Amino acid sequence: MRDADAAPGPLLVETEGLTKHYAAGEGTVAALAGVDVAIPPGAFVAAMGPSGSGKSTFLNLIGCLDRPTGGSYRLMGEEVARLSPDRLAEIRSRRLGFVFQSFNLLPRADALANVELPMIYRGVRRRQRRERAAAMLAAVGLGERLHHRPNQLSGGQQQRVAIARALVNGPDLLLADEPTGALDTRTGLEIMALFQALNRSGVAILMVTHDAEVARFAARVLRFRDGRLVGDRAQVPADAAAALAALPAAPAEAA
Amino acid sequence: MSPPLREAGTRPLAPAAGLPPLPAGRGGMDLAEALASALSALAANTLRAVLTALGIFIGVAAVIATVAVGAGARQQVMQQIESLGANLLVIWPGTVRQGAVRLGAGARPSLTWDDAQGVVEEVPSIVAASANIRQGLQVIAGNQNWATTIQGADPDVFVVHDWVIEEGRPFTAEEARAGRKVAVLGATVAEMLFPYENPVGARIRIAATPFEVIGVLGRKGQNAQGMDQDDVVMIPFWTARRSVMGAGRVWSRSVNFVSLKVAEGEDMRAAEEEVRALIRQRHRLAPNEPDDFNLRNMSDVAATRDASSRTLSMLLASVAAVSLLVGGIGVMNIMLVSVTERTREIGLRLAVGARRRDILAQFLIEAVVLALLGGAAGVVAGIGLSHLLGAAAGWPVLIQWDAVALAVAVSALTGLFFGFWPARRAARLDPIAALRHD
Ligand SMILES: Nc1ncnc2c1ncn2[C@@H]1O[C@H](COP(=O)(O)OP(=O)(O)O)[C@@H](O)[C@H]1O
Ligand SMILES: [Mg+2]
Repeated sequence: MRDADAAPGPLLVETEGLTKHYAAGEGTVAALAGVDVAIPPGAFVAAMGPSGSGKSTFLNLIGCLDRPTGGSYRLMGEEVARLSPDRLAEIRSRRLGFVFQSFNLLPRADALANVELPMIYRGVRRRQRRERAAAMLAAVGLGERLHHRPNQLSGGQQQRVAIARALVNGPDLLLADEPTGALDTRTGLEIMALFQALNRSGVAILMVTHDAEVARFAARVLRFRDGRLVGDRAQVPADAAAALAALPAAPAEAA
Repeated sequence: MSPPLREAGTRPLAPAAGLPPLPAGRGGMDLAEALASALSALAANTLRAVLTALGIFIGVAAVIATVAVGAGARQQVMQQIESLGANLLVIWPGTVRQGAVRLGAGARPSLTWDDAQGVVEEVPSIVAASANIRQGLQVIAGNQNWATTIQGADPDVFVVHDWVIEEGRPFTAEEARAGRKVAVLGATVAEMLFPYENPVGARIRIAATPFEVIGVLGRKGQNAQGMDQDDVVMIPFWTARRSVMGAGRVWSRSVNFVSLKVAEGEDMRAAEEEVRALIRQRHRLAPNEPDDFNLRNMSDVAATRDASSRTLSMLLASVAAVSLLVGGIGVMNIMLVSVTERTREIGLRLAVGARRRDILAQFLIEAVVLALLGGAAGVVAGIGLSHLLGAAAGWPVLIQWDAVALAVAVSALTGLFFGFWPARRAARLDPIAALRHD
């Protein structure tokens, strides 16, 4: 199945018959039972579906955190389904960025050090790392909080640090599993506004959510059920910045 | 709301916007950064790190202290051997038995002055001999008096033991033959009786008999039994027998011991057998009779003592090895705990691009740093302990720097060896499972 709005040129993500089986007791359970999907560069895709429908499994496979049991997966034209763990690490390092529901920041490291982390594994010198990490934190609105540790930041701020970390190596695709799941409505909207801004600047986004309110900010929605893709629909995304402005006045985020 | 959101669309968030490009290659942390990161990880749980390093700390401290004390003791033994004289054989009387019956009074003495003379005359490899008698007596000089050991000896005694005369001269064969009352003082006696003046030429009395001091011996220090070898007054053998230790045995020819010097380059064992054969012949011992005297090669005694100190060292080394093993297991245990605790961190590092070998290196470095910190503290404590032990027991202490280097290297290897399995476990974690871990 191809998107109507697919841009010409190589696809960012292209899967055929993607499956993932997990051992469960005596037999196996098919977390993903044959998914064909094509995502062009610069897309903003939401993956929806009930709990256990295989959304996270799909995201992890696309994010090269895991290898499929069967099927093929081409990332920017390169077949990556059977690569070794270290080759996958290299692809994660160069092409992909991750944002998690629970932020996953290193608790003992300050914001700057957290954002520097992905660059360490690309051999970026310390000085350049600092500069780049500081610039990236400034870009997500945390230029004043470089040396705050995670426990000194609000949830929304922590997620911004995580987003800066995901972006700092210049990925082609940002992967987010329930990025607003641990945030209140306003903060969630702020993160969605940030995602939309990012997406406009050219970063493709694949976001897992079970929340329709969140999914409406994406330009395309994939629906999963029982490990299968049961819906794939383009939509006109709602404007998160506008939705945020329309919220009744609320106390500003803690300084 | 944050400024970048308003600027959306102007590409402020473009990954490389306005920034120097990322290098094309890839790599991990450099060593300095890895060390700093390991230290900060350990500092996050200081008490645990300290307790873990304790095993290695104790092992290394024990190695260094025992090696230092052992080396000091060995050096002391060597000095004592030297103070006895090189190539030294010593004979002393054994129990005189005939069959199972001990001989009564008036039986022939088991070792005599003439045996000493006979040996030096008839055994070519013996270059000097001295018969010796010893007795504890009071020595008086002016208003000072001192209880010491009087040793009657032949003039060659100074040659036999390689003893140095610090002041004056030794007694001559002439003086010995004439039974002159001349004395050579040990350094301690000289110090006690003549704290302020040169004793040479002074008069002393030994058991009420006046003597002239003609020399002072160089200092020899303690012997292996901890006795002061300088607390002695040397006088000619027959002077001692006739004028000092008489008491009814003025004509006795028996001696306490005979010391013999074997010629340089001669085989000690062969010389020993020749001496044994001669004394047996002089004592008219039948072939089936046991020796009625004891004969010892002093360098054998030294070798035995050296061997036993080596055995002790081996024992201590195995104690150290055991504590290093225990320390290593402690490191492994704590690294396993640390890997489990930091599973999510590992998952995150993998997600942002760490390869397995990056994770492996991270945890290995941490284990090695932990072990090395224990080792380094152990070196400091070991050196301190050596000096403390030395000062307390009055032993010399020789810090063996090669042992220190070895101990440090072994503690690093311990960290590497015992850190490997936990590090490998960390490196092989599945990224997703690790990220979900809680
Ligand atoms: N590591 C695993 N081992 C066994 N079963 C798993 C594992 N991960 C996921 N599953 C199963 O696969 C199915 C899909 O899971 P998941 O992709 O996490 O769903 P979703 O994110 O849509 O809630 C579920 O039935 C889940 O129990
Ligand atoms: Mg999920």
